[in-house]
Amino acid sequence: MTAPLLSAQALSKRYGAIVACRDVSFDLSEGEALAIVGESGSGKTTLLNLIAGALAPDAGEVVYRLRDGATRALSSLSDAERRGLMRTDWGFVHQDSSRGLRMNVSAGGNIGERLMALGDCHYGRIRENALEWLGRVEIAAARVDDQPTAYSGGMRQRLQIARNLVTRPRLMFMDEPTGGLDVSVQARLLDLLRGLIADMGLAVVLVTHDLAVARLLSHRILVMKESQVVESGLTDRVLDDPQAPYTQLLVSSVLAA
Amino acid sequence: MTARPYNFAYLDEQTKRMIRRAILKAIAIPGYQVPFASREMPMPYGWGTGGVQLTASIIGPDDVLKVIDQGADDTTNAVSIRAFFAKTAGVETTTDTAAATVIQTRHRVPETPLNPDQILVYQVPIPEPLRFLEPRETETRTMHALAEYGVMHVKLYEDIARHGHIATTYAYPARVADRYIMDPSPIPKFDNPKLDDCPALQLFGAGREKRNYAIPPHTRVVSLDFEDHPFERTKFDAACEFCGASDSFLDEVVIDDKGGRMFVCSDTDYCQKRQAAHAREDDGVESRGAAK
Repeated sequence: MTAPLLSAQALSKRYGAIVACRDVSFDLSEGEALAIVGESGSGKTTLLNLIAGALAPDAGEVVYRLRDGATRALSSLSDAERRGLMRTDWGFVHQDSSRGLRMNVSAGGNIGERLMALGDCHYGRIRENALEWLGRVEIAAARVDDQPTAYSGGMRQRLQIARNLVTRPRLMFMDEPTGGLDVSVQARLLDLLRGLIADMGLAVVLVTHDLAVARLLSHRILVMKESQVVESGLTDRVLDDPQAPYTQLLVSSVLAA
Repeated sequence: MTARPYNFAYLDEQTKRMIRRAILKAIAIPGYQVPFASREMPMPYGWGTGGVQLTASIIGPDDVLKVIDQGADDTTNAVSIRAFFAKTAGVETTTDTAAATVIQTRHRVPETPLNPDQILVYQVPIPEPLRFLEPRETETRTMHALAEYGVMHVKLYEDIARHGHIATTYAYPARVADRYIMDPSPIPKFDNPKLDDCPALQLFGAGREKRNYAIPPHTRVVSLDFEDHPFERTKFDAACEFCGASDSFLDEVVIDDKGGRMFVCSDTDYCQKRQAAHAREDDGVESRGAAK
């Protein structure tokens, strides 16, 4: 069996007296989508930031297998290596698109930024790439020179995804990617994401409070409550046959349309 | 006997010493922005407080100072800074580029080639070339440290996407000694090629932002561009109306309210020298020719 792409080992984080994340461990294989669900304040976002290296854990470690096959602890990477990783092998889709996009730069520039950061100095090639990726996220090529401020919420999220995928990363972090979108736009975005994840063999760590999103996108699920993982397993198993009382409550709280 | 009203060149010796140390560090790391404890100067920010402090720190009694503002020796900023140093340091001032040993400049590099005995001091409003895309100072410093300069090309990409060509015509970013990217201050991009392999020492001072940086003599300075949109020097379709120069940077001057305009050299010293040379030639022709 090959080593996991990413492995979280007994991660803990506290903010003063408040424990935000207690002893969380899991493995993520290449091409696997993992959803982290739970109510607001359960520590989902803290866990995501710990895995993505945006926060330093108080205890535990995140181990990642780099493209060259070397397995390294994130804490052992230098700033330059970690930032390089975030620009090439990783993607991060924020709930608030203005955190993930440059709002005063055109869509083409947003998509091209990672390529330029890697040293591509050919305008025609960068633009071709930008147009190709706009097409793949179903944004009309005519909008390539518009700034994200002129885009709708759903288009902004799709642009964020294109901007991240242009370097063909192996791992994407998503923090409530469908938050604040209306249901028809959500459905379209989820459909698109599902296609891209399958096509590119992306591994995904998805944070959401929406069980339907987790069901559609993820293979496995971690249920968090009060900073701890209360249940984990295959998505269908957890959602159809919840074992922990809290998961049962969560599943039964979903309103049927 | 009256006490001297000012210390030599206005600043006290300890301040000059501090600024000189910052200058030496800037020269040692070409293009790197060195923080320094910028002082209040008797002029408003934006009038060249950074340049004046550098000049005050390096000038000696034997130096000859020239000050230009947009290429001209006779504009308010240039005249008052020249007067400032004439009063506080008692140095000789000049408008002749070749005769000066220290040239303080705002927005231009003189047309006359510089020599190794000269120092060019630039007044800089915003020293950070990454500021357009990254407002956080902590982040821009990290980006410089790790040489993460991809966003600089994002700015140029935006230009081409919007205008079809690189429309940045001043403060055009350049890479110094294959390492740091710097803002060459708001000089026209016409002047960028003059920074490369320049025999004179070039110092940049930003008073409000409290930064200085330098290009040592004969340093490689490359303007950023794309492979398929290479850097191009501004070209003019006109020649200077006064001296006929076609190789200098021209100012467009509106001369009436009917849309009339003319192009003249922005470098007044260069233009006047050429006019004087023409006048001598004309005199020569006339004296040789038949009397009127």
